[in-house]
Amino acid sequence: MFPIKEIRKDFPILSRKVHGKPLVYLDNGATSQTPIQVIDVIVDYYSNYNANIHRGVHNLSQEATDKYEEARHKIQNHFNAKHAHEIIMTSGTTESINLVAHGFASLLDKGDEIMVSALEHHSNIVPWQMLCEKTGAVLKVIHMNDEGELVLTEYSKLLSNKTKLVFVNHISNALGTINPIELIIEKAHQVGAAVLIDGAQACPHVKPDVQALNVDFYVASAHKMCGPTGVGMLYGKEAWLNKLPPYQGGGEMIADVTFEKTTYAGLPHKFEAGTPNICGGIAFGAAIDYLNAIGFDNIAAYEHELLEYATEKLMEIEGLKIYGTSKNKTSVISFNIEGIHPYDIGTILDKLGIAVRTGHHCAQPIMAYFKIPGTVRASFAFYNTKEEVDILVAGVKKAKMMLA
Amino acid sequence: MSIQDIQNDIIEEFAMFDDWEERYQYMIDLGKTLPLIDEQYKTDDYLIKGCQSKVWVHANMENNKVVFTADSDAIITKGVIAILIRVFSNQRPKDIIDANTDFIDKIGLKEHLSPTRANGLVSMIKQLKMYAFAYQTQLN
Repeated sequence: MFPIKEIRKDFPILSRKVHGKPLVYLDNGATSQTPIQVIDVIVDYYSNYNANIHRGVHNLSQEATDKYEEARHKIQNHFNAKHAHEIIMTSGTTESINLVAHGFASLLDKGDEIMVSALEHHSNIVPWQMLCEKTGAVLKVIHMNDEGELVLTEYSKLLSNKTKLVFVNHISNALGTINPIELIIEKAHQVGAAVLIDGAQACPHVKPDVQALNVDFYVASAHKMCGPTGVGMLYGKEAWLNKLPPYQGGGEMIADVTFEKTTYAGLPHKFEAGTPNICGGIAFGAAIDYLNAIGFDNIAAYEHELLEYATEKLMEIEGLKIYGTSKNKTSVISFNIEGIHPYDIGTILDKLGIAVRTGHHCAQPIMAYFKIPGTVRASFAFYNTKEEVDILVAGVKKAKMMLA
Repeated sequence: MSIQDIQNDIIEEFAMFDDWEERYQYMIDLGKTLPLIDEQYKTDDYLIKGCQSKVWVHANMENNKVVFTADSDAIITKGVIAILIRVFSNQRPKDIIDANTDFIDKIGLKEHLSPTRANGLVSMIKQLKMYAFAYQTQLN
């Protein structure tokens, strides 16, 4: 039995009210909530050992440095990276992606091709468009089908020796589709292209093994994994990280500085200019501990149950259509009700204390494909319950009644 | 009627509602009855882009007063628009420029004018005032 009652007690925010009603938080795809175990670590950091890291001889700095590096090792172990220095601490997925895009600007020639999927978040489209503008490289798109799955036969045809980079999200934020990244990585490597996988939406649900995947770059954000906002990570194979130039200049990323020449520090510090989000990094480690203590197999099984239950119940509502119907999907349901704008449904649900996301989910190309202005997206986490699904379903029915 | 009088009327009307449901049902009904903008103006030229819902606004001057018509693809947004049109349309440009929108807070709809909503309404009010400003310049 999944210990849902105990788990919910870990999250103080779940007992608050919104508009006088118990909060039903179903916007986990945007950000996850934070358990007390992680909050305690944040309080402990600022109460007991707040200091700058990697640069002090004093005790506090040493303690903070040890904890920060311990967090890096936790992240390394979690993703099964070969070396701790292959884990670059960043401000989040967006910065991780921009760091790689910036680095590739010096490696691409005019006419080279980079490929993104039609399922991408804007943060995984815009940096590459900017990169193409800078280098003269060409952006190619792997299209999707009506179920919201990537068309792999098309992908194989698009690949050539001109392809230098492939960028695909592990799981789509708007539809929840789990992409077959093993296959995508293998095919890209056959033509010598590097692969970056955006794991922002995947990491709350699955535990990726970067060595087994043989992926070149993998990125994630702490705040989708029960950690704090403003911190994330970039995994890169050592050989690739050595090839990329530094992203930002500043303290900590240098070995020697004279006015004639600066030599850069080794990995991972080369990419970690300035004082990082120390507390955030340490709390990221604590969040990973928390998730692993529950166990990703348990999380996946429970969330699958929630997804099936919610899908069945929502489908009973006349006129409701679900977007993203792949068999391989996580606990995300993107839907609309015929003739009703998603914004209106979201507004009524909010009044009932139910938090969902409405709009285009920073994935306008997907909305354009389905010819809709947006969707209502309910994204479930392991701390949600079937009772909350029932409240959502009742809420949607009420919204439909008021708006139709 | 002056803008202030209309605002007072609306505040009085909303005071009769017992809870949010009645308030929202009223707005939804208002949204449904809002005279649609002439189809020819429902183009990108008259579009105010919100992240969530779209808003179209058209203005013209009749007898030294500005007449607004508007529409939205979301019905609750349209309801709020209906209220804003009732307040601002058929008024002299200077009165529109000088008017404030505090009454929205008093009728419990403040959240719809929050920038995080990204529904186009904040931009719509700016747009109404811009039109008024443009017409005022013509009158001078």
